[in-house]
Amino acid sequence: MSATTQMGTQMSVIAVAIAVVRRDLLLALRRKSEVLTTLFFFVIVVSLFPLGIGPEMSLLRKIAPGVLWVAALLATMLSLNRLFGADYADGTLEQMTLSPVPLGLLVSAKILAHWLVAGLPLVLLAPVLGLQFDLDPRSLGVLMVSLLLGTPLLSLVGAIGAALTLGVRGGGVLVSLLTLPLYIPALIFGAGAVEADISGLGAGGHLSLLAALLALAVFFAPWATTAALRIALE
Amino acid sequence: MLTAANLACTRGERRLFAGLNFAIEAGGWIHVTGENGSGKTSLLRILCGLSQPEAGEIRWNGAPIRELDDEYRKILLYLGHQTPVKEELTARENLQISGALAGTVLDEADADAALEQVGLGGRERLPVRFLSQGQKRRVALARLLTSPAPLWILDEPFVALDAAALEMLAAIIAGHLAGGGIAVLTSHQEVTIEAAARLTLRIAA
Repeated sequence: MSATTQMGTQMSVIAVAIAVVRRDLLLALRRKSEVLTTLFFFVIVVSLFPLGIGPEMSLLRKIAPGVLWVAALLATMLSLNRLFGADYADGTLEQMTLSPVPLGLLVSAKILAHWLVAGLPLVLLAPVLGLQFDLDPRSLGVLMVSLLLGTPLLSLVGAIGAALTLGVRGGGVLVSLLTLPLYIPALIFGAGAVEADISGLGAGGHLSLLAALLALAVFFAPWATTAALRIALE
Repeated sequence: MLTAANLACTRGERRLFAGLNFAIEAGGWIHVTGENGSGKTSLLRILCGLSQPEAGEIRWNGAPIRELDDEYRKILLYLGHQTPVKEELTARENLQISGALAGTVLDEADADAALEQVGLGGRERLPVRFLSQGQKRRVALARLLTSPAPLWILDEPFVALDAAALEMLAAIIAGHLAGGGIAVLTSHQEVTIEAAARLTLRIAA
């Protein structure tokens, strides 16, 4: 056996973060069933309402924003356990903590990958599902924008809950109890935007508030998640 | 040089160790021994900075590791008793991502060369879930060959390895030490590693 070979050049911090995003996307691609289950859950929950309520268009139009948003919350929550669970179990999270790259950046990369896999598809599916509720194209557009701003917020806030419940027995139920109340502002402004648009008030105010919440979460959530992960790994 | 001064660790109500002192120069290795539950893993995690000691301090070349922070993480390679590989990824992808986390770019040729050396030649593109437990450990150990880190902290690195792999790992560690590295490892079996200096640290409850 030869002496230890030394190879490889140093990677920039950003290159490492990109490698983490790539890895998580690759993992999602190889575990398709897990990803598809949550998407089907979203589709089915949303589709049950028109079937249960019947073809009463005015009522369906009224409940559409709320139903779509609540379904998006629940679908995101179902996927939260896999955000850190596997990496915690096999020791990868420990390796991330010991990486020279700041843990906060790696956590941000993981949250971004989570949104790309669990959040973005919801945004793209929403207009198709909205058709079942007889929403007009304009409202569908507002719905998409509200979800585009809202789903990253759900991933960011959810990451805090997922990190806090890491390694706790029965963490799956606990994470919902912990994060659902935190999702309430996103729900109010997200669903509110579409309702305001339908009633002719304009969605601008709601969307701005949603964007403000997102900006706040982008700043604080990775930091809070990192702190929670460090406690879980102690 | 890695120095520990007056280290103490308590888990719950139990005092695992106290007043632990040691120093090891470049080229030497420390064999941490002790019964199950005596605190070997706790000691290694403290040495990595994963947990804080109750008292005492660890210094790398004279500087406390808490102040070195990411500078210390740059020179450190830690392998815990878990095997940090992803079942869905191939051996090559696993090695590349663990290199990336440590800040090292590994192209396919680098990764394959390391996998070849740990006896996984021809299995680079197989998802790790098709490998045996021992082969998974080898994928994790291949990282040792690609890492420029001078300080290796290995928790039970010999577990699940066959006789040939034991010898191979001992040779890899010996090569690392010959190149001026330092290794701290735990193991229940007696291991022979050629080195300039060896320190046996027995942790007793």
